[in-house]
Amino acid sequence: MNPPDYQISRNAFGHLVLTRAGGERHENVVPIRAFPIAAPGEGVSLVGQDGEELAWIERLDDLDKRTRDAIEEDLALREFVPVIARLKRVSTFATPSTWLVDTDRGETSFVLRGEEDIRHLGQNALLISDSHGIQYLIADLPALDKHSRRLLDRFL
Amino acid sequence: MPTLQIPPLPFATPLPEHWQSEAQHMLGVKAKVQTWAEVDLDDRLNFGLGIIVLGDGRLVARAPNEPDWQTWELTGDLSLKHFDHAGVGTLELSDSVKRLKVWRYTLSQNLAILRLITEFDLQVRSLRAGHPVTRSSEEICPKCKTPLEPGADECAICTHELHTPPSTWTLFRLWRFAKPYRGQLLAGFLLMLGSTAATLIPPYLTMPLMDEVLIPFQSGADIDPWTVAPYLGGLLGAAVISWSLGWAKTYILAIVSERIGADLRTTTYEHLLQLSLEYFGGKRTGDLMARIGSETDRICVFLSLHLLDFATDVLMIVMTAIILFSINPWLALVTLAPLPFIAWLIHLVRDKLRTGFEKIDRVWGEVTNVLADTIPGIRVVKAFAQEKRESQRFREANRHNLIVNDRLNKTWSLFSPSVSLMTEIGLLVVWAFGIWQVARHDITVGMLTAFLAYIGRFYSRLDSMSRIVSVTQKAAAGAKRIFDILDHVSNVPEPTNPVPFESVKGQIELREVGFRYGNRSVIRNLSLTIQPGEMIGLVGHSGSGKSTLVNLICRFYDVTDGSIRVDGIDVRSLRVADYRRHIGLVLQDPFLFFGSIAENIAYGKPDATRQEIIAAARAAHAHEFILRLPLGYDSLVGERGQGLSGGERQRISIARALLINPRLLILDEATSSVDSETEKEIQRALDNLVAGRTTIAIAHRLSTLHKADRLVVMDRGEIVEVGSHDALMAQKGAYHRLYEAQARNVDGGPVSRPEGNMDRAKHEPA
Repeated sequence: MNPPDYQISRNAFGHLVLTRAGGERHENVVPIRAFPIAAPGEGVSLVGQDGEELAWIERLDDLDKRTRDAIEEDLALREFVPVIARLKRVSTFATPSTWLVDTDRGETSFVLRGEEDIRHLGQNALLISDSHGIQYLIADLPALDKHSRRLLDRFL
Repeated sequence: MPTLQIPPLPFATPLPEHWQSEAQHMLGVKAKVQTWAEVDLDDRLNFGLGIIVLGDGRLVARAPNEPDWQTWELTGDLSLKHFDHAGVGTLELSDSVKRLKVWRYTLSQNLAILRLITEFDLQVRSLRAGHPVTRSSEEICPKCKTPLEPGADECAICTHELHTPPSTWTLFRLWRFAKPYRGQLLAGFLLMLGSTAATLIPPYLTMPLMDEVLIPFQSGADIDPWTVAPYLGGLLGAAVISWSLGWAKTYILAIVSERIGADLRTTTYEHLLQLSLEYFGGKRTGDLMARIGSETDRICVFLSLHLLDFATDVLMIVMTAIILFSINPWLALVTLAPLPFIAWLIHLVRDKLRTGFEKIDRVWGEVTNVLADTIPGIRVVKAFAQEKRESQRFREANRHNLIVNDRLNKTWSLFSPSVSLMTEIGLLVVWAFGIWQVARHDITVGMLTAFLAYIGRFYSRLDSMSRIVSVTQKAAAGAKRIFDILDHVSNVPEPTNPVPFESVKGQIELREVGFRYGNRSVIRNLSLTIQPGEMIGLVGHSGSGKSTLVNLICRFYDVTDGSIRVDGIDVRSLRVADYRRHIGLVLQDPFLFFGSIAENIAYGKPDATRQEIIAAARAAHAHEFILRLPLGYDSLVGERGQGLSGGERQRISIARALLINPRLLILDEATSSVDSETEKEIQRALDNLVAGRTTIAIAHRLSTLHKADRLVVMDRGEIVEVGSHDALMAQKGAYHRLYEAQARNVDGGPVSRPEGNMDRAKHEPA
């Protein structure tokens, strides 16, 4: 793979800037993963302020470390999919139901509006959207502890 | 801590206790807390609690999971900006050269953050201008920009987000539907009491028959027909009474339960129709149909059959117990001993079965969903030769159904035989104890026979009673699914004090409108005023928010931020039906209901005269082709208007809009699904329709908007340009680019109009 014909840097406002070899500058560049769940390491698009694609990165690993770090740092702040490690309590088995959960980002509670907000992703993974549109992931259903599975089972 | 004097500011809910002393220290002892917001995510997006407090001229904050407070003195070059993505909001504090601080929060904090920004902007603007802070006397809700009632700190329009879960005692909530029939229910209950008592007479009569007739006969005495006759007569009488009372009871209660079921169905459907498009967008048709159809039926069967049987059984058990105890308390005790054990067994299995049945329902929904997906899309399935895959999907759903059923059946199948076993053991105990008592001359043989006759019924009822567990659970699960719909509060709520909306001029004003669909922001901070009678053309790429904007104006959804006003009245303070009466809507893919063409034209005004219908059809240039149909205006059109071409259906829908004579007219890609010859025809029809009405037209083909007074160019939820065709062309901006791109495409066949999935969903007629 050829090295990219652009440079990525960060401006004083904390946003990414893409500078092409010809000197063309794009401020407020946003990296977006094409398959955030299915293939997070592949296919990242750098999108400009007006939503137009400026560059396509086939694989993040192909980039030099500095660029990759800058992009990954931004991606980390854009992608907010807490992974549920444990269901502690649910307010009711009917919906809407308030869930108290432990996630990889700390403890939180959210409101599940309806059972249809729990979506199956493949065999063992679930994606749950709360009333504010935040998505929570259960990466491996059988790996949850018994209490969590029993609670969850009532909604599946 | 000195007592704080927090002045009554707009929305000033006092700062939470645990932040108060520290925040006050950071602001300075005398400073007022103007407003505050909590942030619930840290820099790495971990959950944690932090706070931002704005005093007079100073912003202090403690970020989540950080020990120290930070302070910024307000200056004219500071700015506070927020944006959100995927449910996470970001708030940035910057000066003119760099970013000073960034906070992140989940959207649950959005309202407080907006409030903070409003106050911040107010103070910074006054610093910049060098004036003292002047707060407008009119307090405005930070979310929807509606002026508030004096003294109210919450906006009446915005506070309808409800997340109260429905109660678990769902079946009892059916009382609401049973209440109108309480007279019949009471009569039914009394009849039940009578008929049950009558069925208990025969076993009682076996006692004297045995002791006074049969046993003396065995010991050599003759049978006196005059002793036997009254007993036999009693047996016949009891049977006849029980038959007639039983018939009356079943008839009355069955009639009542059918009525309750019908009421339930109608109420649910009526409620469903009131719900916003957002609700329908999130639900599958198959699931909703199953809920209203089969769930209500299941509840009805439960009420008329199972519950009735169960009540009879309970009555019988109580009465039997009383009789048994009156005959012989000891034997009665032994007979009834297994009862608590069986009750315990039933209770044990109950939970497992209930969750199991809920699960089966959901899986069953999956099966019907596959059907509901595939059958309407059958052309696509066949075109791409994916029959195998679809049948595989169905097979998969069925397999899932089987697995869940199998799992439940394991418990369920064990349940009934266990109860039967208990019954047999119980009988055995009664035999053994009874023979022992007869041997000791404590009871007569007749008493023992009577006991055995009683408990034979008794236990056989227990067996059927155990079935009540599962049917109750099924009915409760069904009731829950019904009440899920009934409890759903419309996202487009009816106002409590609707403003009358009679003579409409047709001025539309959008004030800082924002709309979020799920976690995607579709419309952002959009302001526009449309004068009465003006025609606005909405242009932009697909996905730029045109259809969403139109849906907001029709109030199919409510705005997330800002407000929409018609003649200066917020549309949320109008009754939905009053408002929509003044809106004519012509969609891209018009939906015709099953019925005659005349009925379809008169859909929005069912009492229209034939003359009116014909006049509307003429104006819509539909009259002639309708006359060519074999049955004219009485021709039946099918589900999606089969048998009519796209252009013909479109003209019928234009006639439909014309007939209600609306002040506001919305054309959503009205001409894009037809060829250019038909388009001209439709265009002429539309010209009739548009005349003198406030019109908002969305069109992909820019040429169809030549009549528009102003064109509004949208891009990613925002207005980028407004002006007439000529002015925008001269400007050489976004419109110019769109126009050029289309001009180039004209020879290359029809302009494609790919619509985003989300837009599609909203086009679906409800």
